Amino acid sequence: MFKEIVFLIIFLIMLLILALPLGGYMAKIFTGQVTFFSRILSPLEKLVYKISGINENTEMTWTTYTFSFLIFTFYGFICLFLLQGLQEFLPFNPQKFGPVRWDTALNTAVSFVTNTNWQSYSGEEIMSYLTQMLGLTVQNFLSAASGIAVAIAFIRGFTRINTNTIGNFWVDLTRSMIYILLPFSIVLAFVFISEGMIQNLRPYSGFQTLEGGNQILPFGPVASQIAIKFLGTNGGGFFNANSSHPFENPTPVTNFLQILAMLLIPVALPFTFGILINKRRQGWAIFSVMLILYLTGFAISVYSESQGNPLLAKLGITNGYMGTNMEGKEVRFGIIQSVLFAQTTTSTSCGGVNSMHDSFLPLTGLVLLFNIAIGEIIFGGVGVGLIGLLINAVLTMFIVGLMIGRSPEFLGKKLEPFEMLMSAVSILSMPICVLLFSGIAISTAVGLSSLNNVGPHGLSEILYAFASPAGNNGSAFAGINANTLFYNFTTSLAMIIGRFTTIIPALAIAGSLAEKKIVPESSASFSTDVPLFVWLLVAVVILVGGLNYFPVLALGPILEHLLMYSGVTF
Amino acid sequence: MEKEIKSGLVVFLFFTVLSGLLYPLLITGIAQLIWNNKANGSLIKLNNKIIGSKLVGQQFRNPAYFHGRPSNVVYAGNKSGATNLGPTSKKLIEETKKNILLIRNENKLSSDSKIPADLVFNSASGLDPHISPEAAKLQIPRISKVRGVPEEKIQKLLYKYIESEQFGILGSQRVNVLELNIDLDSLALR
Repeated sequence: MFKEIVFLIIFLIMLLILALPLGGYMAKIFTGQVTFFSRILSPLEKLVYKISGINENTEMTWTTYTFSFLIFTFYGFICLFLLQGLQEFLPFNPQKFGPVRWDTALNTAVSFVTNTNWQSYSGEEIMSYLTQMLGLTVQNFLSAASGIAVAIAFIRGFTRINTNTIGNFWVDLTRSMIYILLPFSIVLAFVFISEGMIQNLRPYSGFQTLEGGNQILPFGPVASQIAIKFLGTNGGGFFNANSSHPFENPTPVTNFLQILAMLLIPVALPFTFGILINKRRQGWAIFSVMLILYLTGFAISVYSESQGNPLLAKLGITNGYMGTNMEGKEVRFGIIQSVLFAQTTTSTSCGGVNSMHDSFLPLTGLVLLFNIAIGEIIFGGVGVGLIGLLINAVLTMFIVGLMIGRSPEFLGKKLEPFEMLMSAVSILSMPICVLLFSGIAISTAVGLSSLNNVGPHGLSEILYAFASPAGNNGSAFAGINANTLFYNFTTSLAMIIGRFTTIIPALAIAGSLAEKKIVPESSASFSTDVPLFVWLLVAVVILVGGLNYFPVLALGPILEHLLMYSGVTF
Repeated sequence: MEKEIKSGLVVFLFFTVLSGLLYPLLITGIAQLIWNNKANGSLIKLNNKIIGSKLVGQQFRNPAYFHGRPSNVVYAGNKSGATNLGPTSKKLIEETKKNILLIRNENKLSSDSKIPADLVFNSASGLDPHISPEAAKLQIPRISKVRGVPEEKIQKLLYKYIESEQFGILGSQRVNVLELNIDLDSLALR
């Protein structure tokens, strides 16, 4: 246990050492200040504006901002869809892969432009190197950069007074790419390669193994994609086995860096928020809420997983040492660092996996499912995580307003029907989407025929299969065969709903708040940077999530847990 | 709106080329120069022929070799993945029973002996190159008998291949099965 505690403390300290300065750096970037890297990178930024005819000082209303975001996402979708269909005629295809099946291509295109990276395919079996680079890697970057841009625009809603503009989408996007995502990815990719992650364009190589069998090794430009897969909380694997594949996550060091990389930007953004609204304590309060939810989930998962599977214990299995449930886990990571990876990937909306979530014990699965289902707000995806939690904060302040009998406000901005309507859309779309689609899937033969497990675990598989796309997470209880017409369609819809019902209401709220004046704080104002607020927000998140999902979670993971201990199998 | 449609297209194309071609090709170029072996899969050659990658596990059924973990893709290499069986799955329990029985038979262990978990459960990738030190130790008597090499000698070799946690805290203790088996073959020649 001692080793694990030391590990966790070092992990958290390293995370803060990296995220705190990054928070400040991002605040400078998005207010156009000069930073250490400006001299090298700003010519590239200016070049983008020059060739595209953008005036970096032009501001946009929230509707133009939204339109720009949508049209940009649309370009990405078209490009990625076509690349998959035409890859057999294009270069960098040493395996001569034919076109991707159209419904798979559609699902994949939606998945990568929405920052979900849900994958119903096996990368090494159908995607050419060009599709991986020019299609998938690009969307790993651009969907993340769009998310950051939108978060910054959302923050402007709180900082601006009496204006109808919230920034310029192209400028925010360009700055995210050039000052943050690209340089960080380059550094991370090199570190990954130095640890043994592959990066080449060779055809797959077959040979005789030591014992005389045959093996074919897949190759590809892996490290360059995996760096942004985590920095951008994308999570799409180069290979089917995602980050459990030895070429995609070769050592415990790369594993540790992948966990850090997925948290880096989502953890830094609350601090950026604090600086931009000129209330640093508020940034810490938001961060605290996220950390409390994150560590609580982690503690429950570790406890659950270290108990081992009672059905198997009696067969005569001895542990390594933190429990016996090695099904779907890799020896080099061990149980705890597999659980930490799982907790992080479901909290941050990343979706990369280093172990198979389907084979975790029921209560661990419950935590992972809950992390996603509450809307990816525990750190969350780059940009959208902060937005999600702030929308929950708006809801909290509304409830507080009702309790203390004052008209609700947050950070000096009055919260009126329009803001509450948009917040409700944003918060409710997730459970409606998840529960409705799951309901359809469990009541149709076509939905049930994809299951790999039956009984309550089957229900968990279906729930996860809709929560993950709707939350733009992308991990899976991967036993389910999602590469069918039914699942490719329904999960595509869930991804679109999930992405746009986070971002569009957020921009609408930003536009509306920017027009309002800031009410000065008085002694009667409810402080939002104190522990009371932190606990209230935690309570609201758990309460809303609990009310939405408790019935179905009781029939899924909770029932499975109880049945497992009474010896029932399916 | 028309302006955003045009500007957006240019921005999109610019970043597509930058992050989809220049970035990965630049990384590939530099990686091939500086980390040639690693970037190409850490391949291991024996008598000038490729026999595998240090990172990717292989199927071992011959009793004279250390065996790795059960694999859902039989270590095919061009595929990867796990069983994805849940904790209350009948199939998981049947498979695990079978694996335990197999290991007890192969190694002539008593029917109440304890088997390390990693040796009976499928890995996540289906390509796990490692087993735990305990899982390796259990196989020493069998290998010693088949090869006619004293147990102490094999044990000494095994200890050479136990990798500990990186920096003392990252990951867990493990043994690379392929590397160990290659050296096991050369032990006989020595």
